Amino acid sequence: MDRFLFLTFDGLSRGAVYAAFALALVLIWRATRIVNFAQGAMAVATAYVAYSVADATGSYWVGFAAALVAGLLLGAAVERVVMRFIDHSSPLNGVVVALGLVLIIQGVLGMIYGNEFRPAEAPFSRDAFNIGGVALLSRYDVFVFAAVGAVVVLLTLLFTRTPTGLRMRAAAFAPDVSRLLGVPVGGMLTLGWALAAAVGSLAGMLVIPTELGLHPTAMDVLFISAFTAAVLGGLDSPIGAVVGGLIVGLVLSYISGYLGATVAPMAVLGLLVVVLLGRPDGLFARSKARTA
Amino acid sequence: MTVLKDRVTSRMVAPVMRRRLNPFLMVAVGAVLVVVLTYTLPPFRTYQLATIGAYLCVTAGLTVLTGLNGQLSLGHGALMATGAYTLALWQNKFNLLAVGIVVAILVTTVAGLVIGLAAARLRGPYLAGLTLAVAVVVPSVASTFDETFNSDQGLSVILNPPPESMTVEQWQAWLCWGGALVTTLVLALVTRGRFGRDMRAVRDDETAAKLAGISIARTQVWTFVISAACAGLGGALFAVLAQSVSPGAFPLTLSLFLVMAIVIGGLGRLTGAVIGAFLLVALPAVAHEIGEASGSQRLEGNLALTFFGVVLVVVMLAAPGGLASLRLPRSWRARLSRKPAHRAGS
Repeated sequence: MDRFLFLTFDGLSRGAVYAAFALALVLIWRATRIVNFAQGAMAVATAYVAYSVADATGSYWVGFAAALVAGLLLGAAVERVVMRFIDHSSPLNGVVVALGLVLIIQGVLGMIYGNEFRPAEAPFSRDAFNIGGVALLSRYDVFVFAAVGAVVVLLTLLFTRTPTGLRMRAAAFAPDVSRLLGVPVGGMLTLGWALAAAVGSLAGMLVIPTELGLHPTAMDVLFISAFTAAVLGGLDSPIGAVVGGLIVGLVLSYISGYLGATVAPMAVLGLLVVVLLGRPDGLFARSKARTA
Repeated sequence: MTVLKDRVTSRMVAPVMRRRLNPFLMVAVGAVLVVVLTYTLPPFRTYQLATIGAYLCVTAGLTVLTGLNGQLSLGHGALMATGAYTLALWQNKFNLLAVGIVVAILVTTVAGLVIGLAAARLRGPYLAGLTLAVAVVVPSVASTFDETFNSDQGLSVILNPPPESMTVEQWQAWLCWGGALVTTLVLALVTRGRFGRDMRAVRDDETAAKLAGISIARTQVWTFVISAACAGLGGALFAVLAQSVSPGAFPLTLSLFLVMAIVIGGLGRLTGAVIGAFLLVALPAVAHEIGEASGSQRLEGNLALTFFGVVLVVVMLAAPGGLASLRLPRSWRARLSRKPAHRAGS
C-alpha cells in the first residue's frame, strides 16, 4: 500500500511534466495542424542552453530563465524560417520537415557538446518527505506541480481573458476571416510556436534532472509519452492534454514501479496502440461526420 | 463498375505517370554492373557497395509504402532490427544462411502485419507517432528480454566462410545486391500492376478509391506487409555484413535516415530509392573523412546527422519531388502531368 501511494505521487509528478509537454504539442496542433515532432529535440537544445548559462553564471535560476527565453526564440525562429513554408497539401510534409529539424538539432548539439550524458542537477532535493511514515513527495515534486500549474493557469488566462489570446484563437480557427478583420495571422502563428516551445523547454528542464541526464537524444522516449498523452486527450483539447498527461504518468509509474524500468517504453507503445485503436480521437471526442 | 473503376483510378494515378523503364532490363544491367564493380573495386569499396545493396532493400520498400501508398513509417529501423535479430538467433542455432534469411523475412512480415493492421486505421501524424514509438522501443525490448537478445551488447552472428574462389567482400556484395535486385524487381512489377494502381488510388483519395470498389484497409495492410518484408531482408543482410547485431545499430536516427533517403531521392520512385541508398553510405563516409581531417571526434558522426537534417528540410521545402524529379526539364514534367488529365476528360 505504501509503495502504491508512493508510485501514485511519483506518477502524478511525472504526469505533470507529460502534461506540460503535451500542452506544447496541442498548442501547435491547434494553430497549424502540425504535430511538432521536433519538440523533444528543441527542448533538449534549450536545456543545453540552460546548462551553459548556469555553468557560466553559477546560478541554476539564471539558466532556467535562459532556457525559457531560448525556447521562445527557438520556437519563433523555427516557425519563421521553416514551418511557414511547408506545403500543406500532404500531412506528411510537416512531419518530415520536423524530423529533419530533429536531425539538425541533435547533430549540432552533438558537435558542440559531444554525445555523452552530462549530469543535470535538480534545484531542490529529490528526497521525499515522510508523511505519516510514508515517503510521498519531494521538494522537487512540489516544484514540478507548482511550475506546471502556473503554466496551465497562465495559458488559460492568456487564451480566455486577453485580446491577444482571442486573436490567437481566431487566427487558428479561421485564418482568412481573421486576416480580413485585421488580425496579423502570421504573427499570431509565430507567437503560438514561441509559446509552445517555451512550454516544451520548461517540461524539458523539469524532466531531465529526473532521468539519466543531458544528452542530445534525452527526450526521445519522453516525446512518445507526451504524444500518447496528447492523443489520449484528443490533440485538440488543452484540458485533455493535462488529463492525458496525468493518466500516462500514473500508468507508467505503476508499470515501471512493479515490472521494472526497462518495460516502460514498451508500456508507452502499448498504451499508444490501445488509445489509437480504441479512442483515436481522444477521451473527450465528440462524434465526427462520416467520410464515406 | 469496372469501367468506373478504371476511370477513377486512371485519373488518380495520372500525376505520377512517368517514363517507364523495363524492370527486367534494369535488373540485368544492375547485376552486370555489380559483378563488374566487385572485380574492379578495392575491398573496402566493395564492402560499401554491399552496404548500399542492403540499404536499397529497405529504402525500396519504404518508398513504395510512403510514396505510393501515403503511409509514413518511422519504424522501419525497428523492422530491420527484427530481421537482423531473427537471422542472428537462427544462425547461432542452425547456421543455414539461405533458410535464415527467409525466416528473417517471414518473422518481419508477421511483425509488419501486426503494425500494418494498426496502421491501416491511422492517418498522418497519428501513424507517424505510432511508428516512432515502435522505433524507440527497440533498446527496451532488447534489455527486457536480455536472455534472448543479450541487452545492449547484442549477439554475434555465426557465418560459414565464403566459397574459396571469392573474397569475403565480393561474396557480401553479391549476396546483398542479389537481395536488392530481387526486391526492386518484385516491387517494380507489383507497383505497376493493378495493386500499384490501388495503392496510389488509396493514397490520393480514399473516398473515391472506396467508391471504385478498392478495399482501403486491405490495400494499406498489404502494402505495409510488403514493405516490412523488404525491411526484414535488409535487416538480415545488415546482420550478415556486420556479423553482429545490437540495439545500438538500430537507433531512432536510422529510421529517420531512411525517411531522408527516400525523400531526397524522390518519394515513390525506385530510382529515388537507389539514390537514397547510395547517399546513406556515401554521405557518412564523406563526413567521416572531413571529421578525420579536422581531427575532431565530435564532428564525425554529428556532421552526417546535421547534413542529413539540412538536406531533408531543404528538399522538403524547395523540391518535394526529390532529386529524381530534377532529371526532367520543367516543361517536360508539366506536359507529362497534364496529358492524363486530358485523357480522363475525354
